[in-house]
Amino acid sequence: MTVLRLIGKEIVHRKLNFALGVLSVFIATGCLVAAFTLLRAHDLHTEELLRKKEAESEARLLAMEDDYRKIMKAMGFNILILPEGQNLSDFWAEGYATKTMPEEYVTKLADSRIIVIRHLLPILEQKTDWPEQRRKIVLVGTRGEVPFMHRDPKSPLLVAVPPGSAVLGYELWKALDLDVGDTIALMGKSFTVSKCHGERGSVDDITIWTDLAEAQALLDMAGKINVIQALKCSCSSTDMSVATVREAVTRILPGTHVRQMSNIVIGRQKARDRARIEREQALAAEAAARARLRETREAFAAALVPLVLVTCAVWVGLLAFANVRERRAEIGILRAIGLRSRQIFSIFIAKALFIGMLGACLGYGGGFIVGAAGREVDASTQVSALFSPGLAIVVLLSAPLLSAIASWAPAMMAGRQDPAVVLREE
Amino acid sequence: MLVIQNLTKSYRRSGNTVEALAGVSLEVSAGEFAAVQGASGSGKTTLLLAAGGLLAPDGGTVEIDGRNPYALDPDRRAVFRAEKVGFVFQQFHLIPYLSVSDNVLAPALARPSSNAQEKVRELVERFGLANRAEHLPGELSVGERQRAALARALLNEPDLILADEPTGNLDEDNARIVLQSLVDFAQSGRAVLLVTHDANAAGFAQKRWRLGNGRLSET
Repeated sequence: MTVLRLIGKEIVHRKLNFALGVLSVFIATGCLVAAFTLLRAHDLHTEELLRKKEAESEARLLAMEDDYRKIMKAMGFNILILPEGQNLSDFWAEGYATKTMPEEYVTKLADSRIIVIRHLLPILEQKTDWPEQRRKIVLVGTRGEVPFMHRDPKSPLLVAVPPGSAVLGYELWKALDLDVGDTIALMGKSFTVSKCHGERGSVDDITIWTDLAEAQALLDMAGKINVIQALKCSCSSTDMSVATVREAVTRILPGTHVRQMSNIVIGRQKARDRARIEREQALAAEAAARARLRETREAFAAALVPLVLVTCAVWVGLLAFANVRERRAEIGILRAIGLRSRQIFSIFIAKALFIGMLGACLGYGGGFIVGAAGREVDASTQVSALFSPGLAIVVLLSAPLLSAIASWAPAMMAGRQDPAVVLREE
Repeated sequence: MLVIQNLTKSYRRSGNTVEALAGVSLEVSAGEFAAVQGASGSGKTTLLLAAGGLLAPDGGTVEIDGRNPYALDPDRRAVFRAEKVGFVFQQFHLIPYLSVSDNVLAPALARPSSNAQEKVRELVERFGLANRAEHLPGELSVGERQRAALARALLNEPDLILADEPTGNLDEDNARIVLQSLVDFAQSGRAVLLVTHDANAAGFAQKRWRLGNGRLSET
């Protein structure tokens, strides 16, 4: 005969008392585990939602980047590389660079491994008289884009003007009643009109575009250009500033000035930054909403779980007390045949531990199932991810302990019971 | 074996003091079967519980095999009781969810021994309970229950058996079996103190006293 055998036989004999005790621990641990599992499911679902949202936003941002790149390209060149020694006041006052630089500068850039700019276009531009028509014009000579040696060729933003032909601004062809195919004389040289631009409302309306070499010859500036237009690359770094471009260009062409052409570019950049901020704010708002929901659930669990734990602990204690009362005669005879009070105490505590262990095992399983079943319907979180070994260990250790604590007073009462009183009464 | 000197014990009931034992002295030697006869409420059970180390007296001394159990702390007294004393009660006090074998084996919880199982088999057989060994107390007749209780009292081979109305619920045949077992136990060199209201039961004893008004008188 062992104490364990005695406990086992008693449990089988008083099934209801034991079952109610186990049920009590089952409810307590079940509530605790279900609450924690639901909160864990909530956390995992939140992570998943935010991850998904972030991925969606990232994809949208990438698409926007691509759109931005295309818009930038459609808007044309946005970087100006001006000659060394150029007085910028003169540049802004005249509308073009008054200084010149060697044409091979553009070749130098094209042969370099520079990545911050694309689409190099060397230009010679100057305000001059059109003696044949006795009017002021802007003469622009361009030979078309110079391809980068280290890159795949890109389709040009601007098609070169073929030698012997000229492209006319709106005011010129309109005033002189010219059309494509007509011949004009410019500074003693004959050109065929290859294109007539529409109205632009800028200096372009009084501009004539010719081949660069021909313009150099007309202006007596052979081998010279006064600006290289380029497109700032928006693919390598979305936040690249003009200072970065300037630094890269002046490393190859020291002394040159680099200017960003258009305020619209900056506007686009700001719009893109705004979109990024809004994305971050949307993510933060989603995270905050989820956090508030979690707080609500946590507060509910924080109120419910201790209440259930205390109620169940009291219930376990009352069941133990009832068990002690029911077994008074048995305790009396066990004491009479020589069992010490601590042996009687240990019989009741061991039973409480057993109730706690069984209730905790069943409660963990039940609570986990409830928690997993109760997670949000669209959550794709794997059930296995909800399992927390730490929680399992804590529950399986603390439930028997709490059960023993709840049964402590009745067990003490049993241990201290005076056998003489019972045996006399019986 | 058992020496009781000038034992006193009183209870407070409804504000009044009831003197259950008023200077009781008796001696039961090894090999003796002694009986205390008295009416219901005469203090027989109080005397028996005090003699067995279960109820501390107000005054006087109890010695079992030369040792005063009340001089020991409660745990040592429990061990002493397990070694020296066996109890038999009118209500049997068998543990309801243990089989006859397990009930007889119960004292081994207090005093484990390697041959306890063997002794259980021997006792169960000796008291004619072999075919009832795995039955629960509720499935036994009254006589069988008392025999099982007697077998339990003998498991630890005590020097003294204290029996409280062991035949109170038994028919004549079963009463004779139980009393004869007590006689046999005493004749094996140990001692028995029986308390009873039944003159026939007391008749089995070699020494007899009558308990009345808390005092003993020889019969």
